Formats: sequence, C-alpha cells, structure tokens
Amino acid sequence: MSSAAEGVTRRAFFDSAWLLVSPAVLFLLLLFVYPFLYGFVLSFQPNEGGWPANYQKFFGDSRQLRSVYVTFELALPVTIINVGLALPIAFRLRRRTAYQRWVTTLLVVPITLGTVLIAEGMLTYFGPRGWLAQTLQLLHLYDGPIRLTHNYWGVLISLVISGFPFAFLLLLSYITGIDPVLARAAATLGANRWSQFRHVYLPLLAPGLAITFCLAFVQAFSVFPSAVLVGAPSGSTRVISIAAYEAAFEDYDYAMASTIAMIMGFGQLAVVAAVLGLRRGFYRGPVAGGKG
Amino acid sequence: MTQDFRELRLERVSRRFANPGQVAITALDELTIAIPRGEFVALLGPSGCGKTTALNCVAGLLPLSSGSIWLDDRRIDVLPPEKRGFGMVFQNYALFPHMSVRRNVSFGLRMRGTAAAEIERRVTKAFALVQLEGHEEKLPGQLSGGQQQRVAIARAIVIEPPLLLMDEPLSNLDAKLRLEMRAEIRRIHRELGRATVYVTHDQDEAISLADRIVVLKDGRVQQIAAPQEVYAQPANLEVARFMGYRNVLDLAVDDTSGDGVTVSGSGVRLKGVIKQPLDGGRAYAAIRPEEISLGAAGPNVIEGRVDNVEYGGHDSLIDVRTASDLVLCARVNAKPALGDTVQLTVPPERVLVYPHGAGA
Repeated sequence: MSSAAEGVTRRAFFDSAWLLVSPAVLFLLLLFVYPFLYGFVLSFQPNEGGWPANYQKFFGDSRQLRSVYVTFELALPVTIINVGLALPIAFRLRRRTAYQRWVTTLLVVPITLGTVLIAEGMLTYFGPRGWLAQTLQLLHLYDGPIRLTHNYWGVLISLVISGFPFAFLLLLSYITGIDPVLARAAATLGANRWSQFRHVYLPLLAPGLAITFCLAFVQAFSVFPSAVLVGAPSGSTRVISIAAYEAAFEDYDYAMASTIAMIMGFGQLAVVAAVLGLRRGFYRGPVAGGKG
Repeated sequence: MTQDFRELRLERVSRRFANPGQVAITALDELTIAIPRGEFVALLGPSGCGKTTALNCVAGLLPLSSGSIWLDDRRIDVLPPEKRGFGMVFQNYALFPHMSVRRNVSFGLRMRGTAAAEIERRVTKAFALVQLEGHEEKLPGQLSGGQQQRVAIARAIVIEPPLLLMDEPLSNLDAKLRLEMRAEIRRIHRELGRATVYVTHDQDEAISLADRIVVLKDGRVQQIAAPQEVYAQPANLEVARFMGYRNVLDLAVDDTSGDGVTVSGSGVRLKGVIKQPLDGGRAYAAIRPEEISLGAAGPNVIEGRVDNVEYGGHDSLIDVRTASDLVLCARVNAKPALGDTVQLTVPPERVLVYPHGAGA
C-alpha cells in the first residue's frame, strides 16, 4: 500500500509522458512562444517616445485604425459566408451517395490552388474585360461596368474561394460523426426534416460549428496576398497585415510592425474567445445515442 | 393519428436492396400479417433474416419495394415516419445525448405542439410506468444501460402510439438486466393495451414475450404462430433448428402410416411424426435435447457412451455417442460420468420428421 502511494508521489515529480510531449513543447517554445514574446517586448520599445508610444501612435492615426475596421469588415462577412454556405452543403452530403465523392472533390479543389493562382484566375474571369463581363454583355444580361476586382469584392470573393473548402471539410467531418439513427429516432417521434436538423443536428454540431467559425475567421483575418493582388491595397482593402508589412519593410520600423502584429493578434483572440465562450453554453460530449 | 384502431395490416410487404452493378437482394419477401390491437408480435430470426428491415418498413424509415401497410382502412406506407406516429425503441436506444432525460421523453409531445401542462402530466406518467422517477434532469450519458433502455421506452410510449416498435431492445444489456427488462416490457405492453412489434434473434425472448411469433429466414416468412406452436411444432426444419432442435439426424424412411413414420440409420431406429410431406427415401429427424431422457421406456431407445458433460446446475447437457458414431445431445436431470454407457429415450410424438429436400 505504502509503496503504491510512493509510486504516485514520485510520478507527480516526473512523469515519463513528458518525454513524449517534449519535442512538441520545444517546437512551440522556439517557433511560437519566443518570437511572440520577442515581438511583444519589441512593440514596447518604440524608436522614439515612451513605452506605449507605438500603441498611442497606431490608435491616434485614423489611417492605421481604419485598417482594423477594414480587416473585420472583410473577415467577418467572409467567415459567415463560408460557414453559412458550408453548413447546408455538408449537411446534404452527410450520407454516402454515388455522387458524394465527386461533389466533395469538386468543392475541395480550391484548397490545392494557392491564393496567388486564385487571384490570377479571378483577374482573368472577373476583371472588367474578363469572361464574366464579356458573357453578360454578349447575352445582354447586364451592360453596365463590372468591377469585381481591385476592390473589396475582389478580396471577398477570393477569400470565399480559398476559405470555403476548409470550412466545408471541417463541418463535413463533424456532421458525419453524428449518429444518423438520432435523426431517425426524432422522425419516429414526429419531427419533420427541419425539426430533425434544428433539434438534433444543430445542437450536436454547435461545438464543431464554433471551432470551424474560429478557424475560418483566423484564416480570413490574416489575409494578405489577395488583398494586394485583387484588392485595393492602398485604399479600401488596406487590411491590418498590409499596415504591418508597410511598417516593417517600407518604414523599416520593426517595433511599429510588432505593435501592429500584436494588435492584429489580440483582435483575432477577442473574436475567438467570444465564439468559444459562446460555445460553453452548448452541450459538448459524445454525439452517439447510447451504448455503442 | 388515431389511437383507437382495430388492426395493423401488412400486405405482401417486400423490400429489395440493389447496389449499382450488383444483383438485387431481397431483404424482405412478401410479409403478410394482420396484428390486432393489444397483440404482442415478435419477429424472430437469425441476423440478416430481414426482421429489422420489416420493422423499419413499418416505421417508415425504409420505403417499401412493393406491398402496402394499412392501419384499419388507412394506407400508411405512403406516409413519412413523422406522420405515422408509431413509437420506436432502437437497438442502441438513440437517446438525444444533448437533452436531459425529461427533454428526451417530452420530445415527441413537443413536436406535436402539446400544451405544457399536458406534457408535464404525460411525462410524469411515463416516468412512473418505466419506474425512472428521480432521474429526470440527468443527461443520458449519466445513466446505466438499463436506465437508458427505460428512457428509450418512455420516450416511445409517451406519445401514446397505436403501435410500439422495438428493435432488439435488450441486446445491449447484461443477462440479469435482460430478464428484468423482459418482464418490464411485457408489463408495459399490458398496461398500454396497444400493439407491439418486437424484433429479436433470441428465441427465449420471443417465446416469453410474444402472443405470436413470426419466424423469418432470408427475408421469407417460415412460420407465423403462437409461441407454444412454434416451440413444439416447428413448420419446417429451419424453424426447428432455430428453435433449439439441436439433434438433426439424416435417416432412411422405413415405413409411414398416416402421420406416423419409422426412420432408421447409423444403428438407430426411431418412430416419429411427419411434420411436412416427405419427398423420398430419406428424411431428417429433429429432436430437442430437453425431450430426451435417460432410461429405456417406449419404442425409441438409443444406447451410447457419454462423450461430454456440461453441468448446468439443475440439469446437465450431455453428448452421447452411439456405436456407429452418431452423436446426440440431451438435457438430463442426472449427472452421468464421462465414458458411462447410457440409454436414452424420446417419445415418438417428439421426434419430428421433415423431408430431405428441406435442406441440410
């Protein structure tokens, strides 16, 4: 008895499981925690002025401050569109059918294309003399000018194209994990299709939906290449990452760049924390209906 | 959906499954049965016999390939499951894991838009019926298997369905709980006074619960009869095997007179009864281990050496090997020793003889 108790005490000092975790911990410390702290400290060492000078400068400059709004203005709608589109489609494809594999493949293809390739394609397709404009004009469906590139809409479309597959794949795996017998049970109890979705699928999906929302949001929030390539990088799509880039590589003010990066990071964190906080209100646990 | 009904009628209900490029499989072949109000019907058969398919067809979870289902004069196989209003208890219970036990049970009533006071009254009644008071606010995951089972039953009966469907509801429970819940289910059925269709692969369960048993094999009905009849007079060799006739002897037909027949071979000679018209010189004799006793009374006496003994408390299951290597399994009250020479006897009316064409 006493030797077992000693064993337990000893394990509290050193658990060999730490050896398994250590490479990941080391990796995280070296490649995330250290650079993050470095940047955090750097942001309080401005080229001129006291320690909060960079933050005061950023929040005092309306052009800089605007980049935060612009980023949220892009990232939030994009996230809502991506998750909102992915949810019904993933729900439709939850059961294995003959065409499911083809549709899934088709929807996931954009993942394999880089942002730059998507931007190139968009310029050819959505541009003022692109295929879309030419087709619409040829068919006399719309004769006005079509401006879907080099502005807000260009970046939005590009982020939907590149972000949708992630949201879709994530949600698909969450949905297919829910035992379909639950919906059948609901049906025998009088629930129509909508009620089955509303009362069975949606509550069980809520945690997955929150995670998907967070990941899709973070992805959209850190937009950079498409904001430059298909947006208006000095105007309507001057997102916060462009502001940071300019500070670092045009003004060579690394401290200011770090400050902007920190603000960007806390902006993301605020949204993620809010969504995950909301998630606490929902059921989290197994999504099967009984003993397996 | 009306609760007052006279009978549920299945008319030539069939279900075929076909994968592209494959031969269609008939999972259920022309099942016809009328189930009056108050009856408890068990669908019995080995796995893959089509019993769950039949249940899903009745519930509306699977469309029929052909045939029709009627509740009195109303055709219901064209209705979606939510319009049929049958209660169903699933094999894995299918409780909603995110809802409290109370919300699970009230789900069906909430879907029907029942008034809150009425929901409260009926849910309380259902909890009392399945003896689950005090667990209302727990999540299903916090309950034991037996309790989850009761929640599943409460959830199905609270909507007061004309028909209660149960898909192997006891198969996930341990042996003791299974016996307790079996009695519960019978009691609940009696108190509800509606019809129950119960799917199982366990013949003991079917015999002890049902008023009538439908024996299925490969999607086809083998026999529809009261438990006593299925137990004592299986319609064919398949049913006999399934109902525990472990001794099936391939013998030559010596003589027939009316229902009586004499068969012999491998050093034994037995008098028995013909259960299905014989079709040639050979036949199968099916004998239940329980109906063989020790001793040498009557015309059917077999002598052999005890080959194996399984002691079972109040009786023993023994294997007896005859001089010509025929092995018979018998359940006897004594506990003979291995290697003993014993005489076995079986009354002629309990030797059931089936034609050879019925399959080996």
